[in-house]
Amino acid sequence: MADSGVTEGPDKKEEIDRAKSEGKELTKEEKQRLRKEKKQQKKNKEKKDDKASQESEKEKKPLSSPPPASQPPPQSTTQKAPSAVPAPAPVSVPASEAPVPADKPAKSKAELKAERRARQEAERASKQGKKGETGQQAATSKQKAPPNELQPVVKRLPEHIQVDNPDVLKKLAKKLERQQTPGQVADKQIPLRMDYGYKVSLFSHLHQYSRKAPLTQQVSIPSTVIHPAVVRLGLQYSQGIVTGSNARSVALLHAFKQVIRDYTTPPNEELSRDLVNKLKPYISFLNQCRPLSASMGNAIKYIKKEISNIPSQCKEEEAKSKLLNCIECYINEKIILAAKAIAKSAIEKISDGDVILIYGCSSLVNHILCEAFEKSRKFRVIVVDSRPRLEGREALRRLVQKGISCTYVLISAVSYVLPEVSKVFLGAHALLANGYVMSRVGTSQIALVAKAFNVPVLVCCETYKFCERVQTDSFVSNELDDPDDLIVTRKGKTHLKDWQEVPSLGLLNLVYDVTPPDFVDLVITDLGLGMIPCTSVPVVLRVKNVDQ
Amino acid sequence: MELQAVLMAAGGGSRMTDLTYNTPKPMLPVGNKPLMWYPLNLLERVGFEEVIVITTKEVQKMMSTDPKMKVDVKMKLDVVCIQEDGDMGTADALRHIQQKIKTDILVMSCDLITDVALHEVVDLFRAHNATLAMLMSKAHEFTETVPGQKGKKKTAEQRDFVGVDQSGKRLLFMANEADLEDGLSVRKSIMRKHPRMHIKTGLVDAHLYCLKKAVVDFLTENKSISSIRGELVPYLVRKQFSKTTDSPKMKDDAEDQTQKKNDSSTNHELLISSRDEPLLQLAQERSCWNDHHGDMSEAYHGGKLRCYVHIMDQGLCYRVNTLAAFIEANRLAPKLFEEPAVHPSAVISERCQMGSDSIIGALCQVADKTSIKRSTIGNSTTVKEKVKVTNSIIMHGVTIEEGCNIQGSVICSNAVIGRGADLKYCLVGNGQRIEPEERGGELAYQTEQPN
Repeated sequence: MADSGVTEGPDKKEEIDRAKSEGKELTKEEKQRLRKEKKQQKKNKEKKDDKASQESEKEKKPLSSPPPASQPPPQSTTQKAPSAVPAPAPVSVPASEAPVPADKPAKSKAELKAERRARQEAERASKQGKKGETGQQAATSKQKAPPNELQPVVKRLPEHIQVDNPDVLKKLAKKLERQQTPGQVADKQIPLRMDYGYKVSLFSHLHQYSRKAPLTQQVSIPSTVIHPAVVRLGLQYSQGIVTGSNARSVALLHAFKQVIRDYTTPPNEELSRDLVNKLKPYISFLNQCRPLSASMGNAIKYIKKEISNIPSQCKEEEAKSKLLNCIECYINEKIILAAKAIAKSAIEKISDGDVILIYGCSSLVNHILCEAFEKSRKFRVIVVDSRPRLEGREALRRLVQKGISCTYVLISAVSYVLPEVSKVFLGAHALLANGYVMSRVGTSQIALVAKAFNVPVLVCCETYKFCERVQTDSFVSNELDDPDDLIVTRKGKTHLKDWQEVPSLGLLNLVYDVTPPDFVDLVITDLGLGMIPCTSVPVVLRVKNVDQ
Repeated sequence: MELQAVLMAAGGGSRMTDLTYNTPKPMLPVGNKPLMWYPLNLLERVGFEEVIVITTKEVQKMMSTDPKMKVDVKMKLDVVCIQEDGDMGTADALRHIQQKIKTDILVMSCDLITDVALHEVVDLFRAHNATLAMLMSKAHEFTETVPGQKGKKKTAEQRDFVGVDQSGKRLLFMANEADLEDGLSVRKSIMRKHPRMHIKTGLVDAHLYCLKKAVVDFLTENKSISSIRGELVPYLVRKQFSKTTDSPKMKDDAEDQTQKKNDSSTNHELLISSRDEPLLQLAQERSCWNDHHGDMSEAYHGGKLRCYVHIMDQGLCYRVNTLAAFIEANRLAPKLFEEPAVHPSAVISERCQMGSDSIIGALCQVADKTSIKRSTIGNSTTVKEKVKVTNSIIMHGVTIEEGCNIQGSVICSNAVIGRGADLKYCLVGNGQRIEPEERGGELAYQTEQPN
């Protein structure tokens, strides 16, 4: 669907494109024409459908971007400025590219102003042109920004949710190639793990790996490219020996400690820069073994920051011991002491005679319950579990070992047991910036049913798991586990053994899901905050960032 | 560095003396390559760059002259020579090279021919932080008639009883029939921890072990252990469930040394913890994973010493330590690699009938009207006219005169078979001369050995 205003556009656009490609400087008249066109198009646009123009705008934008990119800045400015600036020309690109019908008597003052503006835009455009952003110019000209209309802002999506795009996969392969420490032979690189099996179409943009094809198959056995501690960690992640966000972060920091201990600065390099480069391939390796969790991401950010903050005159031994110390402090503060603080707050909420429902195995919730039991609170616990992981069994074992009386049900029975439950304690994998809780798949179900029964839901989460990501559904970013885990053998029969051969069958093994803040009554966290509502998470994040 | 490879190539080949009395076992040709080339090739393919080879002076000399070893093996071989008298066991040899060992080791025997995916064994070692990880394979019956054994019955090999847990990965029990006098007894502590145990007898131990460095240090202290397979492995498997492993108290060892000298002191050495043990403990505590279900204990039952085994059910895995295995290996080893059956430098006349599963070595000369089926011909061998070679293994430098008929036999290096000889299932030793028109069936032709 193209507007009438747009039809003029293409012709003029071609003219201008020709002019650009010929390398001519635009005359003053042409510049004026452009401006006048813009104004006209603006009027036309307000009468027509927005979306139609946006569609054509999207098409034209990639068209327009190559020419500006190749042009010397001053020339591309007036072109690019109107073309790429969505704000002043909501009327959109085709419109803006079409020159304004010439207004012959141009005032000298207005002209000068326009020229100044054009020059400023030129500089801005050249800067952004270098960045290579297509059509995104938030900081636009002094021209009045129109009221917010949906502009197709092309944002860069992370690669791990674009698995069905072959270009993205190629980029990833190239990135892994580049990520070797300098001086390594080209064939020794971090391998790319292949996806396995048929992916359900709603989740085909995510990776799905098989546990039987570990990444170590493609790495040489006495691993020289990747530190052995990191290889061991990657194996433990992919085989599920280390699960749970706290355990994964602690294990990661432990491996990094080994790496730092075994690290020697090469000559002519600085520890602060070289060590960070050394860690990059390891992190890619771990990411391929199992996608990084939010807690791991925050831990990595912290370490990288600490490493880059090491002063260059610091001696290697001193620097290394400082880093090791930092890691110890981080674990102590963010995990161990945080657990103590959270337990203290949470115990206030547990009264005698309570029936507490927990889901899966959260190390923090188990810790809280064990502490509460030691402080002689009288309560009983209902452990809810779900396949295929059946993590509830482990939680059950730990609680019963302490002496807490427990009941064990599967998630299908949750609406039967909820009438007797007084509160629900849930652990979290991460708390997102819009107040959503990302946790093991099934948590949102429990929260939903609890809400229906008016049972309070309390989420316990340390602050280092607060994440700046925003997600409102469980589809856009998730983790797909090995689909073969869903295959079970009962009475000697394995019905799903040949599931790959059935063309219309797909097995989906999701790991995480997202719970909206309306279902969560309270978040118990550390850092002296105690109990906060779910919606205060962005505030906490902001304050944390200011502090750091 | 993560793993150091150690190749044990000092064995005498005591179960195939017919072949080894002149050629040491590591250099016996299998598919026209020396036997020890196969494990070295496996290590090289997997990515090792250095190997410590423990061998005798004789083998070292032969290695340096063998063309295959010099050209094909690109790794750095650190050859350590030991005495040939045969008193040194594999564990003694490890003790001997203790100085060179800086990290965990991968010990292999020179007579292993396999196409196993080595990462399976090493992954068990890495992922579970195991003390021992080994490779075993389902045994295959050897169907070929073994030459040179006229009427000799096959001695029943002593069986190995291997007990694994339900997942098939954790090694719970290992004993040889010879050590079990009246029956197989399983300790109650093992049954309590692993109520379901599978005991297998039809397995072949591939002699491929991943050992922690602490085990090598332990060996230097305990000089009584001399064989890895015979003594060290069963010891480690037993020690997994020993009571003292549950509470490693490092400080008390000084006192314990006087009382329970063996147990606690050895445990102290075997359980040398890493520097960040509390962090590892914390990670394990917080992780919601357990290797077993149904009882109240934590992952691995709190045991620090763990032994794992990878049992191959598909693929090739042979230990060439008997004559039957040697013959079988000669048949199958060439299938591991895609090399041309006929070496480019061999001169084969056009009227020779060669079967597809035969191999001809370098610089051979095969004359007209010969028929070579399912056989291996070594380097520099001369085969004259009208010779029929079927199902046999001819080693290097052999001369076969006209009109011979060789079936199911093994002819060792530098032998000469006279004209018109008819050998069926014979074994001809090194440098032997078979008289013309000799008729032999199931005989072994050897010189009298002075020793």
